[in-house]
Amino acid sequence: MRMYPAAFAYHRAQSYSDAVSQICQLGEDAKFLAGGQSLIPLMKLRLSTPRHLVDLGFIPGTSYIHGNGGLRLGALTRHAAIAASPDVARLSILRDCAAGIADPQVRHMGTIGGSLAEADPTGDWAPVLLATGATVKTLGPNGERSIDIAEFILDAYQTGLQPAELITEIAIPLPPQAGTGHQSRGSARWGGSGGAYIALKRCAPVYASASVAVQLTLSDEATCADARVYLGVLGLTATRVPAAEEVLRSGTIIDKTMEQVRRAVMDIAEPVSDMRGSADYKRQAAGALAKLAVDAALRRARREPVEVSHLYA
Amino acid sequence: MLDAIPRVRISVTVNGRQYVRELEARTLLVQFLREELNLTGTHIGCDTSYCGACTVMLNGQTVKSCTVFAFQADGGQVLTVEGLAKDGELHPVQQAFSDCHGFQCGYCTPGFLLSSLHLLQEHPTPTEWDIRKGIAGNTCRCTGYQNIFKAIRTVAGGENIGH
Repeated sequence: MRMYPAAFAYHRAQSYSDAVSQICQLGEDAKFLAGGQSLIPLMKLRLSTPRHLVDLGFIPGTSYIHGNGGLRLGALTRHAAIAASPDVARLSILRDCAAGIADPQVRHMGTIGGSLAEADPTGDWAPVLLATGATVKTLGPNGERSIDIAEFILDAYQTGLQPAELITEIAIPLPPQAGTGHQSRGSARWGGSGGAYIALKRCAPVYASASVAVQLTLSDEATCADARVYLGVLGLTATRVPAAEEVLRSGTIIDKTMEQVRRAVMDIAEPVSDMRGSADYKRQAAGALAKLAVDAALRRARREPVEVSHLYA
Repeated sequence: MLDAIPRVRISVTVNGRQYVRELEARTLLVQFLREELNLTGTHIGCDTSYCGACTVMLNGQTVKSCTVFAFQADGGQVLTVEGLAKDGELHPVQQAFSDCHGFQCGYCTPGFLLSSLHLLQEHPTPTEWDIRKGIAGNTCRCTGYQNIFKAIRTVAGGENIGH
């Protein structure tokens, strides 16, 4: 039989702590395996050649979505399960992201924890988890840690994970008023939140050419108390756009505001030309996506049901 | 180097029949199906997790079997194209592809059949968008998509799709 990956020894973990102690014993040539949708292609190309794989996939109780208070997602929760969860529907931006990652087959195997640990600059989760202020819970030889997502993602393929440390959970705080259903459209009391994530892709199985994550909290129908805007895919890590956030917070959102957001995004984006498009194409795309994402986030904050998804072009 | 190529023992139920095999740990699910079990209906297309020709169902969910290790299916249930027809009768999805000519060269067809079955299980009366999303991970280089759409619509209007 023709074999693509270099040979490795297989180790099945019974629990997270078992996985950590196994990988401590096996040393530097060992890797954790979650869903494998990033690691297996790399191993087939022998860009990654671990001597040992510690399989997290058979550990019970690692895939869950708990919606009490904030959202807590087990590290091995698959993208498809996140997309389908009624608890996640309260944070539309998460659903936008989960439902648009690659294609159904990849979403059935790939996990949020695996994707985050990979920290691929073209991954979808980083901008979304940054925009929602997520916390990454980990377990390592020195015990448990909670790491702010902004301190977790350090660089392309670089995370704050120590050797032999793994992700156990991703916690996402519920934005103010999200999903309480108390405020209907036309209510005198505002304070609703809304978010959206939109990526532009040539087709489903490929990585995006550009993506934008927006999370807003309104103080009245057209004024933002808080705004977070992140670009995905356009740099080594997700890029925050402070100028766009400031514009959104600075007064009533009108057409001019949207144009200023578009400009701010285009100013800060530093895309490179590659097979997914020229730098200029990606910069223009990011600006256009930002307007679409702000519009969707705003309407969602006003309790309008808005369906968005990855765009194919 | 490792002293010997490490092996794993797995037990997988494929199309209702249980198989126990000892394999090199690095064996991919598609290799296990095609080369160990001689179930060659599952095709290898791009071999890079793009084209979906190798799509099978693992525990009721479609996966790209070129991007799954065989050991990940241990203890699980796999459905391949060989498991669709029953007692010499084509599965309704297969019959619809045949009736609507939902293929040209046929190479991508086994993967499309499994993705179509899965999308119809999730959306028994799919919208056009449900169909587009449902087969987004499968590529047909003969560009036979219109007839594939037609086939899926035909089944959606039909009887119980089984499995």
